[in-house]
Amino acid sequence: MQTSHAINALKAVTRREIIKFSQQRGRLISAFVRPALWLFVFAAGVGSVTGVDPGMYHPYPVQNVPYEEYIIPGLLGMVLLFSGMQSSLSMVYDREMGVMRLLLTAPLPRWYLLTAKLISGTILSVIQAYVFLVICVPVITTYVHINTPMIGFLYALPAVILTGLMLGAMGLLLSVYIKQLENFAGTMNFVIFPMFFISSALYPLWRLEERGVYIVYWLANVNPFTYGVELIRYATFGQFNLTAAVVVTGCVIGFLVIAIMGYDPQRGLIRRGPRPA
Amino acid sequence: MTVMTRGPAVEAMTEKDHPAVLDISGLSKSYGPRKALDGVGFAIRAGEFVALLGPNGAGKTTLFQLMSGLFVADAGTLKIAGYDIRTDAVKALAHLGIVFQQPTLDLDVSVLNNMRFHGNLHGMGGKAMEARIHDELGRVDLQDRTNESARNLSGGQRRRVELARALLHRPPILLMDEPTVGLDPQSRRDLLSYVLELKGERDMAILWSTHLVDEAEKADRVIVLHQGHILKDGTPESVVKDAGAKDLYDAFVALTSGAAAA
Repeated sequence: MQTSHAINALKAVTRREIIKFSQQRGRLISAFVRPALWLFVFAAGVGSVTGVDPGMYHPYPVQNVPYEEYIIPGLLGMVLLFSGMQSSLSMVYDREMGVMRLLLTAPLPRWYLLTAKLISGTILSVIQAYVFLVICVPVITTYVHINTPMIGFLYALPAVILTGLMLGAMGLLLSVYIKQLENFAGTMNFVIFPMFFISSALYPLWRLEERGVYIVYWLANVNPFTYGVELIRYATFGQFNLTAAVVVTGCVIGFLVIAIMGYDPQRGLIRRGPRPA
Repeated sequence: MTVMTRGPAVEAMTEKDHPAVLDISGLSKSYGPRKALDGVGFAIRAGEFVALLGPNGAGKTTLFQLMSGLFVADAGTLKIAGYDIRTDAVKALAHLGIVFQQPTLDLDVSVLNNMRFHGNLHGMGGKAMEARIHDELGRVDLQDRTNESARNLSGGQRRRVELARALLHRPPILLMDEPTVGLDPQSRRDLLSYVLELKGERDMAILWSTHLVDEAEKADRVIVLHQGHILKDGTPESVVKDAGAKDLYDAFVALTSGAAAA
């Protein structure tokens, strides 16, 4: 594989994702409106009723951080989660529309083509995450005091990219097993919502432990999404959460490797029937 | 059943001038208990237009899927320009131009972007690629539709874009899996005559699958595939003669209905 060939192919895959994304205005708007609703409506409601006191919860430097501030990393994770699933959907769509055949018959190693697909999807995810930040954070700061330094959101970039890769790789993996477009909505309900709710995105996990909700606490602790959110949360304060980084990196590699095996014609996980790709 | 691997037309050609660019032997593939292909073997040389003639469900599409590396055969070898698709898939694929039976255009983007996507995936880029895209689209009379969304094209035009795209990286081998399905008679004829032109002009090896006898009549060689087996492999004339039929249509019907009864 020549480097120039590899770069041309990556560019082609990325350009296509971006063209398609920009054509889907609904996707563009919902990518931004969804987290904004959580931030402005949900957080205002829940925050005023219960308030989330992370106590001496790391990485926050003070007690009683505003709930809006607490959920920002979680909402960044949500943007990445939805976007990752959207890439998965586009893989299934491409398979149904036949474009996948074109990709898989290109003279490049299949692992590279799938990695290119993951990278291009992650670029889109990260763009969406930062569009959300750039529009929403200034608005929030007009009525809530935020402890997170603005530069913190820049520090978080590597964490956002890594989490985006993890969720994109998970989407790639799911696309191996989702045979038809019709099955997609159902799968999403069983993936997106549990992952988002049973995580540290909306509440600190020590609260669950304190209240004795052990099952949810335990589930949240084995949810890779929790680690993505925590990696971002710590990074916004310029701190490195080693456990989260190890788990997220491990998941990126694990999900991608299994997805690549799934798309391997020798193993043929995706196509047991006579109508492949 | 004996598997025929060489037809008389091939033997008439000089092997030095026209080496086999597609070489298949003993190819088998099953889906569960059903054998889609059973010991299929043949070779195609540069400058040869071969029709793979078979009724629906004969195994034509399975064969194309094996040739394009989307599937892996249970047994047998498949060499493309000397590269084994199993062990050297990347090099093998670089020598193939493929027009799939199923439409594979991205309808949401322009014709140009469809072409570019393919070109980039084949390691092309820059001005050279743009020029070639212009050339290939010009050859199929679509140069003025370049910037249009692929969705706006008719079925025949879409097929022509797919053909132009498959030729973009100048492959020595062109695989077309029932390319005329769903096309009107005029588009069918145009497509076939363009492909025949290409054969001579670019010295390409072309494998064209079809269940339509009139298309197979134009081929240098006809391979009759039925229930995963090759029944005949030879010039259209020799296939007719061997079957003792009055034309290729009768020969095809006699061959495929006879095998079904046996």
